[in-house]
Amino acid sequence: MWLWIHKFGSPKYFYSVSGKLLPWVAGATVLLIVMGLYLGLVTSPADYQQRETVRIMYIHVPSAWNSMFIYLLMAVAAAIGLIWNIKLADIVAAVSAPIGASFTFITLVTGSLWGKPMWGTWWEWDARLTSELILLFLYLGYIALQSAFEDRRLAARASAVLAIVGAVNVPIIYYSVQWWNTLHQPQSLGVGMSTIHLSMLWPLLIMALGFKLLYVVILLMRTRAEVLERERNNAWVQELAQALAGRDFFRSGNEYR
Amino acid sequence: MSGATGVWGALGTLIRRDLLLALRRRAQVLNPLVFFVIVVTLFPLGLGPAPNLLQKLAPGVLWVAALLSAMLSLEAMFHSDFEDGSLEQLLLVPQPVFIIVLAKALTHWLLSGLPLLLLAPILALWLHLPNEAILVLLITLALGTPVLSLIGAIGVALTVGLRRGGVLLSLLVLPLYIPVLIMGAGAVDSAAAGLSVGEHLSILGALLAFAVTLAPWAAGAALRISVE
Repeated sequence: MWLWIHKFGSPKYFYSVSGKLLPWVAGATVLLIVMGLYLGLVTSPADYQQRETVRIMYIHVPSAWNSMFIYLLMAVAAAIGLIWNIKLADIVAAVSAPIGASFTFITLVTGSLWGKPMWGTWWEWDARLTSELILLFLYLGYIALQSAFEDRRLAARASAVLAIVGAVNVPIIYYSVQWWNTLHQPQSLGVGMSTIHLSMLWPLLIMALGFKLLYVVILLMRTRAEVLERERNNAWVQELAQALAGRDFFRSGNEYR
Repeated sequence: MSGATGVWGALGTLIRRDLLLALRRRAQVLNPLVFFVIVVTLFPLGLGPAPNLLQKLAPGVLWVAALLSAMLSLEAMFHSDFEDGSLEQLLLVPQPVFIIVLAKALTHWLLSGLPLLLLAPILALWLHLPNEAILVLLITLALGTPVLSLIGAIGVALTVGLRRGGVLLSLLVLPLYIPVLIMGAGAVDSAAAGLSVGEHLSILGALLAFAVTLAPWAAGAALRISVE
């Protein structure tokens, strides 16, 4: 187990394995999202009350799930990087933050668009939307701290502490916002997810899986790019560049060395 | 400080030293408090002097102002020690880092949280808050402002080595302050409406207990990274 982690944690091994894995995951992602969108936008019925606007759900809910999942994953990766000093974990945490922030932003925008026909306003201080907004702030703070350090190792370690503190705080913030919301608005404006019909549940689940894989694809691509950049002075990256040097666009880059 | 000094001795010595330093730089301590008064004064000027409106907004206004003024004074917690190198020496002391951070946070609270407790009743009167609510305001401030100092210690510890840490600090710390704001302002709001405040106060107390036990660890880890 340990050996495996260290083996996979080595940037070179990761680079070659992820390169083989990437096309498959990307293919599955495209397949799932196309299928989910078709089922969700074309074949699934419109809602009795919300009519066609319910279709926003197929983007909104998977993004919301992703936004929270990615924060947790980022914190775990950051903790692994901090405790066991695994470089790859640092990179995964660092590149996850902008992706998670993007999903959070998509959640907020689609939630706001959904709010207009549903609640009659672009923005409602609904507990879930408010927590998403705070989650976006947490992501932005993490990204800001990460970019404030010149030294990458220091950046990784400092932001790891922040990610862990943030992850501990996320449930506290979530429940206090929910509580605050029930105090100020006794009537529930939330959309009940438990009573969802199967014809809507399937596209939703497919989209959720598709979005998860989409995250994996972007994560792999960004991690690979980051690995190459950080390891650019190592022999295996140089060899890789040499092998590709026959191609024209690498030739100009080689003059710098 | 010799190795023979106990944990409590170190705590006391450190607090005494920091209070003495603060006494020599009075402006640094007073400015956030003046800021607190000015921010609260801006609201009646911006919203109009209608007593009903001010009373309704008072809990939120007072708490938001408390958050901001606590944040303004945070940077002083480790900054001068970092600049003159004494922070590195402090981390070499045989006592655990936990104690050092606790002492720093406690000093910060004595200089920023405790004075707020004295100022807040006057400002609450300006905003026409009823008397029972003022009492609750004081209790929430007493429970909540130490949490602000403790969570803030993590933020300062993370940013102390950076050249422009100020704005970044607020970005890191303010989202983490939200539960305290919700509970603190909520309690005062309930008290003003004549409702019970037990739940709010219990949760604030829980947040304080949580912060005292965990925040110094995180801040200690962050300090070790920052002085590296």
